[in-house]
Amino acid sequence: MKPFSALLAGIIFGLGLILSGMTNPAKVIGFLDIFGGWDPSLALVMGGAILVGLFAFGYAKTRSHSILGASMQLPANQQLDRRLILGAITFGIGWGLAGYCPGPAVASLLTGSIKPVVFTLGMLAGMAIFTLLERYTASAKSDKTNS
Amino acid sequence: MIDWHNFTPWPAFTGGLLIGLAAAVLILFNGRIAGVSGILLKLIKLTWPQREEWLWRLLFIAGLVISPLIFRLFAPLPAAQADAGIWLLAIAGVLVGLGTSYGGGCTSGHGVCGLSRLSLRSLVATLLFMASGIAAVFIVRHLLN
Repeated sequence: MKPFSALLAGIIFGLGLILSGMTNPAKVIGFLDIFGGWDPSLALVMGGAILVGLFAFGYAKTRSHSILGASMQLPANQQLDRRLILGAITFGIGWGLAGYCPGPAVASLLTGSIKPVVFTLGMLAGMAIFTLLERYTASAKSDKTNS
Repeated sequence: MIDWHNFTPWPAFTGGLLIGLAAAVLILFNGRIAGVSGILLKLIKLTWPQREEWLWRLLFIAGLVISPLIFRLFAPLPAAQADAGIWLLAIAGVLVGLGTSYGGGCTSGHGVCGLSRLSLRSLVATLLFMASGIAAVFIVRHLLN
């Protein structure tokens, strides 16, 4: 059942992204272009999603397990650190340059255009670089403590 | 100046409700956050977590990938236009991959789920990526052109 609900969530998420206009980079850039002709549509996407989310997460917080018995994994990290700040800024630059963020890019892979495919490959490369760098720093640190 | 010609309030709001519903399904049934970048990052990490931990992620991503095929059963896909060239898209992709990994989330994880949880960390992240996105668009559209 858990795999099925995850698949269902992915499908509903994708349908929402497509219907809302998030999978159209020109529309996303129109939303970010507040100094040009501003298209406020995507503020309503966020508003609609959070309206539902407030109830869902408010209820989720009161439970220790999900309806299907999985542990309720709500993030506990509350630190406003350098990683969060620099990471979010870097993400925003890429988002503004392309007009794609991760969800819409993945939901556009099978639409016949090469562009979301190129963006997604770049994104996966960025995540792989992060993983390798993290592993390298972790092993450099343990080398230091060992010596 | 608001671009009323391209303003599509109802599809945007309804699509937003669906996105919220999807996040609700994942948190209430699976107990997990619908953050697309985080799910992808966990999937590509070479040391796999337990079987159950990658199966739901793989299926969530699979659902996202096939969603345009399902959409097309009901209506034609809305037009999508990406003006950036291939190289710019690749570079932007790398920035998004790195930034979301360090920042711990993207528009879905921080913007939708985090704000719905009333997380200060996610609010800060969302304001920052909106601001840098606006700055990037301003530079490309109004300073360089």
